[in-house]
Amino acid sequence: MEHFLSIFVRAVFIENMALTFFLGMCTFIAISKKISTAIGLGVAVVVVLAITVPVNNLIFNHLLREGALAWAGFPEVDLSFLGYLSYIGVIAAMVQILEMVLDRYVPVLYNALGVFLPLITVNCAILGASLIMVEQDQTFGESVVYGLGAGVGWALAITALAGVREKLKYSDVPDGLRGLGITFISVGLLSLCFMAFGGIDI
Amino acid sequence: MTQEKEVLVDPIFNNNPITLQVLGICSALAVTISMTQTLVMCLAVIFVTTASSLVISLVRNRLPTNIRIIVQMTIIASLVIVVDQTLQAVAYDISKSLSVFVGLIITNCIVLGRAEAYAMQNGPWLSALDGFGNAIGYSLILIGVALVREPLGAGTLMGYEIFTPVSNGGWYHTNGMLLLSPSAFFIIGLFIWAIRSWKKDQIEAPEYEIAANVQYREVM
Repeated sequence: MEHFLSIFVRAVFIENMALTFFLGMCTFIAISKKISTAIGLGVAVVVVLAITVPVNNLIFNHLLREGALAWAGFPEVDLSFLGYLSYIGVIAAMVQILEMVLDRYVPVLYNALGVFLPLITVNCAILGASLIMVEQDQTFGESVVYGLGAGVGWALAITALAGVREKLKYSDVPDGLRGLGITFISVGLLSLCFMAFGGIDI
Repeated sequence: MTQEKEVLVDPIFNNNPITLQVLGICSALAVTISMTQTLVMCLAVIFVTTASSLVISLVRNRLPTNIRIIVQMTIIASLVIVVDQTLQAVAYDISKSLSVFVGLIITNCIVLGRAEAYAMQNGPWLSALDGFGNAIGYSLILIGVALVREPLGAGTLMGYEIFTPVSNGGWYHTNGMLLLSPSAFFIIGLFIWAIRSWKKDQIEAPEYEIAANVQYREVM
């Protein structure tokens, strides 16, 4: 149990997807002008990450990795080079399915997320989490906790940035820095703050 | 000829993917710690963007609109697999140190963004040029960031020592802050400031007009 808790805390704070790995930055900067939309997008990312990372973990362990196809009678086949193609396929398909399910059963959430849902396919944080999961060679249980933690961390970061930016629009910024420039610098400061979690170890 | 030149040169400063279009910041900032990694990453992105724009533009008239994203992703992912396998065969150490970031070129917004915004509407030759130009614009920013981070952070450039650090008996006190991730944001923020001070038309309109301060007259 403690092991899983440690993975979760690590994924949320210490190895935060957005602020330490720079993943999902395009969406992170483009869609953080308002807190309400930032929270909506954050929730969508948590859901998608919590589903795709474990699914990709199963695919990697039972179909792609070296010797994984032993159950089908091909013990020496190594399909790991097909990884990228399968992960992105799973992600695109999952997002599509999620969109249809939400549209059918939870129309409120579907309308709230709107255009962000299809955009999640190309969010680097989603693919990044799957690739990190493969690199760290996680078990299925670990991948469930890691996917959830990575999503929560990303959602936390985008909400924090949206909060900063909502205040920032009332400030008098030098011309050339206005908008994108000052946003980058705020993200840098936020990410500096998150480094304070670096020493925490459970 | 003029149109070709415009397509190629425009993304470098006037319409830079990173500083103006906010595309492709995702996967690449973490690699700017060292110049060697940055150059390899740039070459990979240049190859993938040019090739994917070319291929997507070739098949654009046969793509049904509903499934175009999935087809584009498949094309891009296949190109990235080629890059990844080549890197592992030719430069195994660098491919290890880039770890997940090569794979993340798939979701680099520049690649998909240019495919959607340009290659779906234009012919193959112009699309390839557009992909190439955008990748060059992206590479220039990345190389610029690496050029600040590696020498000041570690005292080296492409692994060669240029400032001898104190730990090696030299004079240069390395600035560890530049090796940490936040510094990349500060440097890009300052780059944006520099480019926009030069190209005034890129300055964003203020969202909220601050009224002139007239209080002090009353106080007087």
